[in-house]
Amino acid sequence: MADAAIDPRELLPPDEPVHLLDPDGTYHEDPDHPIDLDDAGLRELYRLMVVTRKVDREAINLQRQGQLGVYASCMGQEAAQVGSAYALADEDWIFPSYRELGAALVRQVDAAGLLHLYRGTWLSDHDPYKHHFGLMSIPIGTQALHATGFAMGARLDNNPIVTMTYYGDGGTSEGDPHEAMTFAGVTKAPVIFFVQNNQYAISVPLEKQTAAPTLAHKAVGYGLPGRRCDGNDVLATYALTKKAVERARRGEGPTFIEALTYRMEAHTTSDDPSRYRTKDELDEAAKTDPIARMRNFLQQRDLYDTELEQAIEDQAQEVATYVRAGIYDAPHGDPMELFEHVYVDPTGHFELQREQLRAELDAGHGEG
Amino acid sequence: MAVTLAQAINQALHDAMSEDERVLVFGEDVGKLGGVFRVTDKLQETFSEDRCFDTPLAESGIIGTAIGLAMYGYRPVPEMQFDGFTYPAFEQIVSHLAKMPNRSRGRVKLPVTIRIPYGGGIGAVEHHSESPEAYWAHTAGLKVFTPGTPEDAYSMMRAAIAMDDPVIFLEPKRRYWMKSDTALPVETEAPHKAVVRRQGTDVSVFCYGPMVRTALEAADAAADEGWSLEVVDLRSLNPLDTPTIVESVKRTGRAIVVHEAAQTLGMGAEIAARVQEHAFYALEAPVLRATGYDTPYPPAKLEEFWLPDVDRILDLVERSLGY
Repeated sequence: MADAAIDPRELLPPDEPVHLLDPDGTYHEDPDHPIDLDDAGLRELYRLMVVTRKVDREAINLQRQGQLGVYASCMGQEAAQVGSAYALADEDWIFPSYRELGAALVRQVDAAGLLHLYRGTWLSDHDPYKHHFGLMSIPIGTQALHATGFAMGARLDNNPIVTMTYYGDGGTSEGDPHEAMTFAGVTKAPVIFFVQNNQYAISVPLEKQTAAPTLAHKAVGYGLPGRRCDGNDVLATYALTKKAVERARRGEGPTFIEALTYRMEAHTTSDDPSRYRTKDELDEAAKTDPIARMRNFLQQRDLYDTELEQAIEDQAQEVATYVRAGIYDAPHGDPMELFEHVYVDPTGHFELQREQLRAELDAGHGEG
Repeated sequence: MAVTLAQAINQALHDAMSEDERVLVFGEDVGKLGGVFRVTDKLQETFSEDRCFDTPLAESGIIGTAIGLAMYGYRPVPEMQFDGFTYPAFEQIVSHLAKMPNRSRGRVKLPVTIRIPYGGGIGAVEHHSESPEAYWAHTAGLKVFTPGTPEDAYSMMRAAIAMDDPVIFLEPKRRYWMKSDTALPVETEAPHKAVVRRQGTDVSVFCYGPMVRTALEAADAAADEGWSLEVVDLRSLNPLDTPTIVESVKRTGRAIVVHEAAQTLGMGAEIAARVQEHAFYALEAPVLRATGYDTPYPPAKLEEFWLPDVDRILDLVERSLGY
């Protein structure tokens, strides 16, 4: 039987998304969504966004130079990712899609290692248990179930951690995120479904994706509160996520968050967005840029000067240079590793095939 | 003491849960009801609802959350209620469960054992009698086990749960009530090994799961005709115990593969390929296959015409001996 204590009206998304910062940096205080960060914390949000954009741009450049097979940019979504990831504690887990460079950088995942997926040197190079950051998931929305299962496990274990999963507006049409919300609702799993509504699933715009009033309304049917925020406002994404995290940590269950943002770049470097959206639309979206907005805010608070600007720029360049060095002409590993991790216990599997590849390598196959 | 195959699995789950707190059993109706075949009977009562729980009716959700639970450190034993209902979970199994350990360079281990009652012969309604083993055996990263006796059902289940690799555990549902005089716990051969159930000299019959008993019955009937069949229970479909298969064919010179699943690209095709590759000069006849037909599983009243049985096997034995 459904929990009679839930008032369905409380699950509905409020009419207005949480919005704390105007594009010109004007801050609107919201007692329901307080900012508990000191000056250093505010600067850190900004720094992380700048580094994200720099590395993102470097990845696009690397792809253009033939160093990456493909790359999925998160340009324009820096506030959505950085603000939400920053609201988690270190021991909380993130289950990302393939576009979560910003969230990965918050978790100090080695950015060069992350890009090996796109270079094709290996599939995933970071240690999820070190960073509490799952493998980047390419099948759409599937990782929502991993986040939910992990959170169910934490709850069974009386471990007060929270998990958060990222996917996009297109992902809300897939089945797995819906099954995940069903499971999370029933088990009160401490998981946050953080949806970056960047308006496009490759070329398909939101209005062709769903007839739901908003994506956040989808949560209501599963007994989850559906919440929305301005996804280009890093203080809003931070504050709204923080609230959901605290709720989950108190044992009150999962929350669905829709962050309204815009994918400034192509879906991936293989995509040609000029076929489905106009330059006017892009120019309009650029006016809501998350980084400029936070910089305006910091300036208004006297938390920003040329010295800080230079320091952050230097640091961003340093990370970008590190990424370039790690990726540029990076060799593939030993082909024999293909057999290495398929099974913990490979007894009886592919013994002859392993010998075959060994012999081919000895004979010089695959060279040149 | 007589124990059925279903009871043996129930006991294996019970013992695994007793020994290791990280073992969790979950799925549709596995809790209070004890499973539609009662394989999880009393586990919830014994181990609490935390460790044996009913899930919402969503197979992808069951496997996807099992992956998350395994990443956390549990050893999930989810149930797919019937073979024909595994398909909604196909993506989670093939794209994540099977691949994540490899993608992560071994940093992520997923010790998940998926229990699936499979196969026909019980007069069930559509979608309840399928043999999807080739899908799983074709997927790198999975191990695929299927017991044909109560002893193996117990021992292989314990081994599967103890393993750090994901295992598809196919339970021959028409043999759930098959009895054996045995005391549990019992430990049989390692699950990746095929076992010669009956020695013979004329033809090797390779079988697994529900067809083990059918093949043994065929061997009895063949003996009346003066033919000596060697019955080899494969037990593991991935990995396949090639050495045991090849040794048997080298002894008999003839091979027949028996399975319920449709013929084309079934396990029989793989076994035939391995036999001709590794025992080519020993062969006195082509490898033959007694299988289901390349049609959808039939309605219940027609399944006896579709399923391989003693007669279909004996027809092939005669054909093989005719070369």
